[in-house]
Amino acid sequence: MTTDLLILQTLLVGLVSVLMAVMISIIDGIVNNYGDVVVDVNGKKQMTVKGGTKLLGTLADQGIFLPSACGGRGSCGACKCQVESDVGPHLPTETPYLTDKEIKDNVRLACQVKVKADIKVHIPEELFNIRKMECVVEKIVELTYDIKEVLVRMPAGTELNYVSGQYGQFEVPKYGDIKEPTARAYSFSSNPQMKEHVEFLIRLVPGGAVTTYVHKFLKEGQKINVIAPVGDFNVKDTDASMICVAGGSGMAPMKSIFNDRIARGVINDRPIWYFFGARTTKDMFYLDWLWELDAKYSNFHFVPALSEPGPDEDWKGPVGLITTVLDEYLQTKIPLTEVKEGYLCGSPGMLDACMVVMKKNKMPEERIFFDKFA
Amino acid sequence: MSYVDPITLLFASIFTSNILLSNFLGTCSFIAISKDIGSSNGLGIAVIVVLVLSSAISWPILHYVLIPFNMIYLDLFVYIIIVAAVVQALEMIIERVSPALYMSLGIYLPLIVANCAILGVVLFMEIRNYDFGQSIIFGAGSGIGWWIAIVAAAAMRKRIDKNPVPAGLQGPGITLITMGFMSMAFVGFSGILRVQ
Repeated sequence: MTTDLLILQTLLVGLVSVLMAVMISIIDGIVNNYGDVVVDVNGKKQMTVKGGTKLLGTLADQGIFLPSACGGRGSCGACKCQVESDVGPHLPTETPYLTDKEIKDNVRLACQVKVKADIKVHIPEELFNIRKMECVVEKIVELTYDIKEVLVRMPAGTELNYVSGQYGQFEVPKYGDIKEPTARAYSFSSNPQMKEHVEFLIRLVPGGAVTTYVHKFLKEGQKINVIAPVGDFNVKDTDASMICVAGGSGMAPMKSIFNDRIARGVINDRPIWYFFGARTTKDMFYLDWLWELDAKYSNFHFVPALSEPGPDEDWKGPVGLITTVLDEYLQTKIPLTEVKEGYLCGSPGMLDACMVVMKKNKMPEERIFFDKFA
Repeated sequence: MSYVDPITLLFASIFTSNILLSNFLGTCSFIAISKDIGSSNGLGIAVIVVLVLSSAISWPILHYVLIPFNMIYLDLFVYIIIVAAVVQALEMIIERVSPALYMSLGIYLPLIVANCAILGVVLFMEIRNYDFGQSIIFGAGSGIGWWIAIVAAAAMRKRIDKNPVPAGLQGPGITLITMGFMSMAFVGFSGILRVQ
């Protein structure tokens, strides 16, 4: 008897829920049906698409990939795009990432703007090179306890043209609590001359959706999507000394830059100082290779420093925060008169601290370039 | 319930038994939104629409489903589902029709689900045994009453903001006091007629 009652109750509440769900889906079908809309890109290309989705996804479906480090959550502010038609006022989720001038020019975050009517957007030409490719994971090397080197192979017949310092978005499939394929941006550590492969250095971030997958589940031979090439961090073509500072997986663009210069035979053309900061020897990697470069090329100087070496560690190099070591070298070892360019890669905190030291040592801000981890 | 003509019921639900000022239902969004007259107006209208629709959907479900199956005790569950669905539908419609209103209402639009005025009206409809027409009139009247109260309060707060308010009473404090005065003023209507 009680079971009957329970079933009846459940049925009843279920019936009401179903009725309401039907009502919502009918209204959704009417209200969110924007029909076919025309997306006009730069006034050159017109695409007819189904309205109602976000601009970022709409463009991606059409093969135009705006940079996006966070994967459309509105937390990186990379997918900026100028919209020339009226799409309503800026949303509170957009304004924190935009300057006053960008707001005036109606620059929007593509991941927040819904395509509801015909829309005109302006996208810089170089972004049209960005493609999504189904790659194969060829090799995974454990560099330290929390950094992995991941080499992926482009699909057959595809060559990726990029410059050292650019990055790609690494997309992992859904797993566990992560309900949809998720992409995050990582700098290429590979030599851009090697066009059929790209390599990433991926450090495990506790709780990170993609890094956790890479460290726990990613297998050699697995297929993975890469959206590339993105980013405007690159080496300027000057004779200035390069002062490179990077720690941890910030090594990636540096490795790419050095290997590219070696391959092009210009490694010794200008002085290169590479400051590599880590906490303990356990966080250090590629040391043999870097010391070899230091010995082989007279203009290449490698300066590794440990901030917290353990008492039993055999460490003869400088000790201290990388900024302290950088400051000391800029004051004593590298001539003040030498024209310098700063190349930084790492966490926002480290970058800001390096900026302060570099500016203090008379390096102009406009000659300091960086790749900030968002 | 004895017969009450529609105009009397409408008048009663707007003034003499104002859902906000005599039953004190729906005060949280009232306090939060009444600082801006434009949003107050928008939310007030949204509440009217949700109230009319929820009453219109709840009445047949009460009379053709819950009562025949002798399961009136499930009313709270069922009404909450209905109110949530109506609000969700309204949210989608407002986003389409008026993005500006959608943005200014922000989090308060989905919070209409938790606006006790809505659930209160639907439950009153049940315990007072209204028929279908009366339910809709009562729903609309209560909504209009809530709308008048929030817009009036927003207008007053606009004037209050220009005057020095003791630090500890700024914001919600002075709003509650204002609401008390408004409530006392509305007590004056209750002498005209009484519908319970």
